[in-house]
Amino acid sequence: MPKVGIPRALLYYNYFPLWEVFFEELGAEVVLSGLTNKKILDDGVNCCVDDACLPMKVFHGHAVHLKNRVDYLFVPRLISVEKNEYICPKFCGLPDMVINSVKGLPTVIDCTINLRNGNKSLRKAVLEVGRLFTGSFSRIYKAYQKAAVELAAYERLMLNGATPLDALNGKGPLPADYQYSIGLIGHPYNIYDNYVSMGIIEKLRGRGINVLTQDMVCKEVLDRVAEGFPKPMFWSFGKKIMAASSYLIDQRKVRGIIYLVAFGCGLDALVGDLVERRIRKKGVPFCMITIDEHTGEAGVDTRLEAFIDMIEWRDTQECL
Amino acid sequence: MLVTFPHMGNAYIAMKSVLEDLGVDVLVPPPCTKRTLELGAKHSPELACLPLKLNIGNYIESLERGAEVIVMAGGCGPCRFGYYAEVQREILQDLGYSFKMVVLERPQGNVRDFVKKLSVITGGKSVMQVLASIKRATRVAVLMDELEKLCWQVRPRERVSGTVSRLMKEFHSKAYRARGSSQLSALIGEYKNKVSDVAVIEGKEVLRIGIVGEIYTVIEPYVSLSIAEKLGSLGAEVDKSITVSYWVINHLIKEALHLHNKRELNKASYPYLRSFVGGHGQESVANTVLYKRKGYDGVIHLLPFTCMPEIVARSALPEVSRQYCIPVMTLVLDELTGEAGYMTRLEGFIDLIRRKKELDKAYEEVLPGN
Repeated sequence: MPKVGIPRALLYYNYFPLWEVFFEELGAEVVLSGLTNKKILDDGVNCCVDDACLPMKVFHGHAVHLKNRVDYLFVPRLISVEKNEYICPKFCGLPDMVINSVKGLPTVIDCTINLRNGNKSLRKAVLEVGRLFTGSFSRIYKAYQKAAVELAAYERLMLNGATPLDALNGKGPLPADYQYSIGLIGHPYNIYDNYVSMGIIEKLRGRGINVLTQDMVCKEVLDRVAEGFPKPMFWSFGKKIMAASSYLIDQRKVRGIIYLVAFGCGLDALVGDLVERRIRKKGVPFCMITIDEHTGEAGVDTRLEAFIDMIEWRDTQECL
Repeated sequence: MLVTFPHMGNAYIAMKSVLEDLGVDVLVPPPCTKRTLELGAKHSPELACLPLKLNIGNYIESLERGAEVIVMAGGCGPCRFGYYAEVQREILQDLGYSFKMVVLERPQGNVRDFVKKLSVITGGKSVMQVLASIKRATRVAVLMDELEKLCWQVRPRERVSGTVSRLMKEFHSKAYRARGSSQLSALIGEYKNKVSDVAVIEGKEVLRIGIVGEIYTVIEPYVSLSIAEKLGSLGAEVDKSITVSYWVINHLIKEALHLHNKRELNKASYPYLRSFVGGHGQESVANTVLYKRKGYDGVIHLLPFTCMPEIVARSALPEVSRQYCIPVMTLVLDELTGEAGYMTRLEGFIDLIRRKKELDKAYEEVLPGN
């Protein structure tokens, strides 16, 4: 049985159930890289271009981790996942970056997914990948159908308040015995990777706080909010982050917003600035935490504690 | 109504030409200086790329001098440049400036929309008048780039070093005062003659260096610490893969009309970078290959810190350099770039190339049969 390696990084948190089911239906064995740890990060830092952002380095680390264990490495070229939008330039060149920087790779599956001008390229990509494992179109088609159903179920779990980690571990939405909610926004691969985010979700939940992320707001709502932007935002994640932050505040769903930024992320630099200006004008507590390969956990803990204390202090000291 | 725009090397000449031909009062921002950069860095997001910061500095210095309208280009991604204008508008508004911002996006097949946007500043000029002035400005941009190219060729060969740079300084101070396309092209013609008359050392052997990378850092001399001038004084003739006229003709005009033929570029970059990555990332890789084919001795790759497309290009360049046997040096520029360290790297690179060239020559001579 051919082994397909999927790195546990970048859009793993958005699309893993889809590709897992798809490859398994085609008779391949899916090998997932381990949880991000110091070794993986160090390997990534060593082989990646030095001014790439943290998540790219993490991805390279996962590729190194997988390269000798699998027959195929799945590194799709994700140019766009929404009409008229992009993800980010580095995603457009991701397979090239990995191939140029990591030596001794197995066969790389680098299908191009570009939904910028419509769905045609998705079908092409699915067929291209499927044909590596089977000659039967109907089998590929059925596998994809089943995978898409799986993805939809996964996304529904998130709308009910589960994080991708909860959903992937088979946990449903958490019981509603929390005191209040805080919005945690940022690129999914930063906020859901427990090593990169230093377990920020667990830490907040440990204090009895519910965490709401942009993935827990449904797409139609976010699209409607995004229509109010002065210029349509052409980055899918940037749009989600900006729309979710203003939705969560305007609907009074959260008491404060934490934005997790990766050092060197081009989108976060601009989107973060726009989000911060908007939130400050609304008078809602806002905390921007920049993470990189050197971030010390103690410093982040201190900032989190101070932020939570400040929110709770406002209850008693300020009339809202 | 006083109109201003951000700097990008000699692009101000083409902008002045098009706007003044349409009867608009233009305020060219003062040339980029340390103050411009400091103002920009102070008010911009910390991790934004350098061009955004310098743009902010340009705007503030122009607004201080009474500018009322800012003209800025837009885009549709994935490079951050497409969202510059939005971020910049919010920054300036929060600083309390009052101004109007006109964002010109590439006409998506609809020239009328583009002209309509432009009409905010041009008043009641007809579409034909606007198109005619754009055509004249394109001509001015081409002439200007020819003049600059001539400087790159003459500088390493000049008898008295610094002559060309002195002439160009004189030229720019006069260009600030010239009005409209006719005066500007006459001025460019005058200085073209002056630069060609500079005394040169005949038959001097010079190195040829290609410069690739992100458009702003390649074109704007302030951020690259006048790389063309520095390399010229080190005895190297430079060529830039992107110039203002190339950008205007290929990216603004031809791409809008779907005439931009990228087959050669795509083919050259294909083994290393197989997709468009925004900005000029793919071009940087392709042009490195093309410079080698044209017989250049080395390539310098410029990018502002955190530039997304060029980081992708950067990951491919070591492989290109190895396979094509051409020295490539990447220089990352930001507001903290120090001149002394930068100069040392340039000198080191030039020495390396000169040595490589001598060795290559020596090998050729000792090879049997030659």
